[in-house]
Amino acid sequence: MADYLPHTQDEVDAMLAFLGMTSFEQLFDHIPAAVRLSQGLDLPAGQSEPDVADYFSRLTRANKGQSSLLTCFAGAGAYDHEVPAVVKMLGSRSEFVTAYTPYQPEVAQGVLQAIFEYQTMVARLSGLPIANASLYDGATALVEALNMAAGATQRQKMVISSGVHPHWREVAKTFAAGTGHEILEVPLANGVTQWDSVDMGDAAAVIAAYPNYLGVLEDLTAAKRHSVAHDALFVIAADPVAAGVLKTAGQWGADVFVGEGQPFGTPLAFGGPYLGLFACSTDQVRRLPGRIVGETVDSSDRRAFVTTLRAREQDIRREKATSNVCTNQTLMAVTAAIQLGWLGTQGLREVALRCAQGARYLFDEACKVDGVTPANRAPFFREFALRLPKSANEVLRAMCDDGVLGGLSVGELCHGDDPSIEHGENVVLVTVTERRTVEQIDHYVDTLRKVVR
Amino acid sequence: MTITNAAPGGRAASAPLLGRESEPTMFEMSVPGRSSFQLRTTRVPATPLDQLVPSEHLNDDVVPLAELSERDLVAHFTRLSHRQFSVDLGAYPLGSCTMKYNPKFCDAVAADPGLNTVHPGVPGELAQGWLELLVTLEEKLCVITGMSAATLQPAAGAAGELTGLLLMRAFHEKNGDVRTRVLIPDSAHGTNPASVTLGGYEVTTIPSNDRGLVDLDALKAALGPDVAGIMLTNPNTVGLFEEEIVEIAHAVHDVGGLLYYDGANLNAILGAVRPGDMGFDIVHMNLHKTFATPHGGGGPGAGPVAVSSRLADFLPGPKAARTESGAFEWRRPVHSIGRTHGWHGNAMVLARALAYIDVHGGDGLTRVSQHAVLNANWLRKRLEKTLPSAYDRICMHECVLSATKLKDAYGVRGLDVAKALLEEGFHAPTVYFPLIVEEALMFEPTETESPQTLEALALAIERIEERAQSDPEGLHRAPQTTPVSRVDEARAARNLIATEDAANRH
Repeated sequence: MADYLPHTQDEVDAMLAFLGMTSFEQLFDHIPAAVRLSQGLDLPAGQSEPDVADYFSRLTRANKGQSSLLTCFAGAGAYDHEVPAVVKMLGSRSEFVTAYTPYQPEVAQGVLQAIFEYQTMVARLSGLPIANASLYDGATALVEALNMAAGATQRQKMVISSGVHPHWREVAKTFAAGTGHEILEVPLANGVTQWDSVDMGDAAAVIAAYPNYLGVLEDLTAAKRHSVAHDALFVIAADPVAAGVLKTAGQWGADVFVGEGQPFGTPLAFGGPYLGLFACSTDQVRRLPGRIVGETVDSSDRRAFVTTLRAREQDIRREKATSNVCTNQTLMAVTAAIQLGWLGTQGLREVALRCAQGARYLFDEACKVDGVTPANRAPFFREFALRLPKSANEVLRAMCDDGVLGGLSVGELCHGDDPSIEHGENVVLVTVTERRTVEQIDHYVDTLRKVVR
Repeated sequence: MTITNAAPGGRAASAPLLGRESEPTMFEMSVPGRSSFQLRTTRVPATPLDQLVPSEHLNDDVVPLAELSERDLVAHFTRLSHRQFSVDLGAYPLGSCTMKYNPKFCDAVAADPGLNTVHPGVPGELAQGWLELLVTLEEKLCVITGMSAATLQPAAGAAGELTGLLLMRAFHEKNGDVRTRVLIPDSAHGTNPASVTLGGYEVTTIPSNDRGLVDLDALKAALGPDVAGIMLTNPNTVGLFEEEIVEIAHAVHDVGGLLYYDGANLNAILGAVRPGDMGFDIVHMNLHKTFATPHGGGGPGAGPVAVSSRLADFLPGPKAARTESGAFEWRRPVHSIGRTHGWHGNAMVLARALAYIDVHGGDGLTRVSQHAVLNANWLRKRLEKTLPSAYDRICMHECVLSATKLKDAYGVRGLDVAKALLEEGFHAPTVYFPLIVEEALMFEPTETESPQTLEALALAIERIEERAQSDPEGLHRAPQTTPVSRVDEARAARNLIATEDAANRH
């Protein structure tokens, strides 16, 4: 008998009497008896919070993959970055956590301004002028980019590098069943997209990843050239942390940037809620999906923020909307704004540099292990692929016994054969963040050596 | 009933909504050289960047962010939080949004490192607790909705809708059945038609009758072998139960169509009636409404989709499943439409929802809906003289009232009433939705507001009515006591300033 209802029985009786009723049942009398639930819900009775907490403790203990038990070298779009106490505490302020979508700007300036600051930073990190207020995650942000490209070009063919994260490509294919988009995956060779191997004719979008999911930094000049030659939008799915040191999507000539914003203040959290980053060029702004916050003034000429260009959105444009997205990931966007405020210019640069330094150190040491070779010879940033002498799953499972989450199996990520790599089941994708110490990396190498022997 | 308590919990008139001046942006507060970040000492060799990455990849410029001390960062976001209304601050009777109290316990559950430090790509055997959680939640959501199986991947309601439409499409295609249209009532949420378009179908709009319900004759006239299905919200968006749902279900099924249940209003019917028993084939739920996960200022939500047995094989995968040995593993349904999310959905939201369901149990969830419906009907009747209901009969968890009386008498519109309520310490109701009701004000008080709060809300609306009589011009200018007054939306759209860099502050 647990709940959060304030009503006393006397109050319930009085409220029912006000309606001329004597029981709750009368409120539901107009529902056809044929479909009424006569027995109540077949669920256990309510329990107190401490009782439910005991159940959850049992569940959490069964998660052997939690970071206190395994040192995380897994990435693929979900990264173990530092999230300081100040970000956790500010991001869990209940005014941000328990607010609704800011439809009443007079009492929502807090969330609106935080989104405006977030949009500013996403725009700068992408090198593009306009960012939206967030989407669900990187994969669904990619889908919105394809919809934008189809709207801009009135064409359906999406030429996508298979260096784009396999899960994102799968999500794009799932939604293409409804939109009718043709998803043409361009194979990789030695970790690099073979743009010349496919027919680009009639392309609506050319989509590249930077770095690609195997960690490789591809020169995107050719991809940009193809997109211009075919009058297609150039979409870059980029790691936003890379923008701390590497060229931005805008500098590579992107019309649209999409990314996974989890690295900015969101824990690994078993994959969600994460944060879909989306930015684009000015000429696509009327096709932007979801919400966008703009600056204006109130009736006393004070600065104010408000959701704007609303005529694109589903609640107004209905079946002609640019997207169906309504609830997005605002709290993660606010958290990202706080985290980026904490990092500042120098902090983001430092995080990016340390990721690259750690990754290079581990790569060099791991490649000295007998039987372990690089999966490709291309340059990388913070993540790389190693080919192992046996199944990656087998190796990763054995490494767990020594407290190391050694990465992710490319074969598992790809769910079967994939144009990005051959025999991915023997390839492990390894990530190093700024949180990994030299001792942890050395331990990784020792463990790997022991396990592949 | 007489309510005398003068200090209702839900009225936020005493709250420190500061803001006679605007808060500077973090970029305006920035001072070059200031910083607050601190990173772990790693002793990793400090290889220079140009030896790590080929020069053609390096950015010659630095991407500028704000440079702040930690103290200024905290002050900035704390002050922003003071310029923000929230459920924790006061009642939020926003129709269709189910802004109920979010139990802190559920947040605490999700903050456990045993849940939130697990990488989503780990093999299933390293995440047995998570998989059990997902399977258990799926099973309980199926009990609540009367369905057979569910996907937990969709990240919000609209994502659930589109997932549901793709399931509908996959089902018909598997049967070799080409269908092109989806029916939607004219009172539907905007996400419905937008999702239908993305699902590759055309929208056929079905009018409502004068009772606010689907016009059954019009529905039957629109049905045919080209109809893939119908999307319905029940209770519908005017807060009324579609009493002819059994006839609707038969009619749609008779032409081979499927019924989609938009779960936006599920909070009305827990333990009273289930979508599966009404004949629905596909159901999405908004966990951030019915199951009290906090709305986050516009997300994260979670929009699981439950289906009847004939659609289970099409669900997105991979999906957590119970093995015969009692362990848990990932499986792909045989005809899966594929992933609809980069990983497994908004997992932390799912954990909160399971905690909420477990605390309440079947009995508590039933009480939730009973009290939600009681509160809405009490408020509807309490306000019948000031804001008459658009449909004068028993409503479900929300009521659509109309400001036409105030408009005709004093020229005060629904928007003015909503804005004046902000001054009174309440969040506004939903304004001008659904589109079929003139001067609509949709109130959804939710079950966690006390009778004292509802009475205070009613008194506030009565004061607004008095102001409408004495000072209608003043109401057009409301609110004045909030952090900002009415904003110039036209200017925001005409001259788009979506970033600090577009603002040209100098």
